[in-house]
Amino acid sequence: MSSSTAAAMGVAQMQGLPKQRTLLGDAARRFARNKLALFGLFLVSALVLTALLADFIAPYPYDAANPTRALQFPSSEHWMGTDEVGRDVYSRIVYGTRISLAVGLGVMAIALVIGIPLGLLAGLAGGPIDYIIMRLVEVFTAVPALMLALLLISVFGGGLFNVILALGIVAWLDTCRLLRAQLLSLRERDFVLAARTLGASGTRIALHHLLPNAIAPLIVAVTIGIPVAIFAEAGLSFLGLGVNDPIPSWGKMVGNALSYMRVYWHLGVFPTLAIAITMLGFTFLGDGLRDAFDTSMNR
Amino acid sequence: MARYLLGRLGGILVVFFIVSVVVFLLMHAIPGGPYNEDKVPLSAEAKANYMRKYGLDRPLVEQYLLYMGNALRGDFGVPFQSPTETVTGLIARTWPVSASLGLAALLVALPLGLLLGMVAASRQNTWIDYTASTISTLGLTVPNFVVAVWLVLLFAVQFKWLPTGGWGQWHHYIMPVAALALAPMALTARYTRTSILEVSRSDYIRTARSKGLSDRQIMLRHTLRNAMIPLLTILAPQIPNLITGTIFIESIFRVPGLGKFFVTSILGRDYPMIMALLLLVAVVWSLVYLITDILYVVVDPRVRLGKSKT
Repeated sequence: MSSSTAAAMGVAQMQGLPKQRTLLGDAARRFARNKLALFGLFLVSALVLTALLADFIAPYPYDAANPTRALQFPSSEHWMGTDEVGRDVYSRIVYGTRISLAVGLGVMAIALVIGIPLGLLAGLAGGPIDYIIMRLVEVFTAVPALMLALLLISVFGGGLFNVILALGIVAWLDTCRLLRAQLLSLRERDFVLAARTLGASGTRIALHHLLPNAIAPLIVAVTIGIPVAIFAEAGLSFLGLGVNDPIPSWGKMVGNALSYMRVYWHLGVFPTLAIAITMLGFTFLGDGLRDAFDTSMNR
Repeated sequence: MARYLLGRLGGILVVFFIVSVVVFLLMHAIPGGPYNEDKVPLSAEAKANYMRKYGLDRPLVEQYLLYMGNALRGDFGVPFQSPTETVTGLIARTWPVSASLGLAALLVALPLGLLLGMVAASRQNTWIDYTASTISTLGLTVPNFVVAVWLVLLFAVQFKWLPTGGWGQWHHYIMPVAALALAPMALTARYTRTSILEVSRSDYIRTARSKGLSDRQIMLRHTLRNAMIPLLTILAPQIPNLITGTIFIESIFRVPGLGKFFVTSILGRDYPMIMALLLLVAVVWSLVYLITDILYVVVDPRVRLGKSKT
């Protein structure tokens, strides 16, 4: 072995050794090893694509009623059959992806807009402010979520936007509680003490040290909250209290199917499958993200 | 202990007072009232009579105080949607139906979930474990009304083994209980597995093993008892939801339970019923949490109520 190759190997080794590892890089590596999480990512990507390309994927408009072709079983013309007024079930399910994703994302956005400031305030200010915010959370928790959402929808009126608003007002509780708990535990860590010793101001510690460390759990909570919101909208629409008619909500399709399902099984099967697949996709993705970011759990 | 319980009860009363005020205001903020023309065709005079009869023409503060005063004396008023009976009577008639469904679901879910979790934990990372995990993930994520629709399609429409719905005979219980039990069962299984795996790494299990106890003895006497503690926290919040009735399951299987009144009372602006249902749920929640806290002390001698922090 010549000295030059030995030197080259030494350099290669040295380059290999101090490879920088970041939280995000580690998380991505753990995520990529998790088959279920990748499957979830695949399902969610497929849903997002379906929602974006609905105009090209759906063979018919979602609201094209045709009474002469009502209640047809699945055929080559209507892959998932037609409903009680002759609308193509497949097209309605494709467009329904948009509604479900809009609800999931919209509700979580509202939950974050209300939950993050209140959670920050409760977790950082402490004292009477914390006490008041937590009692507020407790009061909201004591009312059943469905009833609170219904009360709010009754006050605001129905429609997609108001349903999202009502569900968002119900959903901020978890965001607020989670962020507060994160901050309370982070506040006691050594790196915060170190920052304080170095003379960092309270605002600087909050924004540069505490919040970045609380972001990963928040992302996970949002991913897990999305299917919960989608489920809630489906439930409300199932009861006939969610979005209004021509808009294709999967929950509404299931609700309408109840009276026809005993003969026309396709009306029950396909929308429920769509709901189940969406819930599974987001849950796998959320669980995968949680495991990827969770450094305490060594698998 | 007694001081702790009193403090907790006081806290519950305060929260309930605020909840009742908030809901009372929110409920009256809903546009429209119980006797609007689109709901009941009434002459203006008859409407005014009804409004006077139920005190709806008085200021809100007075209405609230009147309601709470009556409620404290056990009079919860008359449901507007069913004026021939009292709110108490209506709840006494329909709640047992919902509660029996919920309790049956719990009785099915708990042992099955424990078994599934124990089997999965003792065969960690084998196909048995993966099957159990898949079942519990499905049970946790697929909404119960979706499961209910599939059960109807499969067992009532396809095989015709069971009636599509109804109430009164034992076989009417099977599908609603199955649909209701799936999620708590999955939850129990998942947490039993995790906490058994966690507990089995602890020192006292190693001690038990090194003194020569059999796997079975270790599981039953040491692991399971300690693994049950986190399970209490997870399962407790499920109980109020299960026993106060779920509108989805009850409407799919045509069960005459309490569930539908959570919706109809809000849609019909049935103020006495809304208040009564909220009171009921709040009381059930508080009781369940209180009992859970007391159970902790029973199950785990390391916990002392009211001593560590107040």
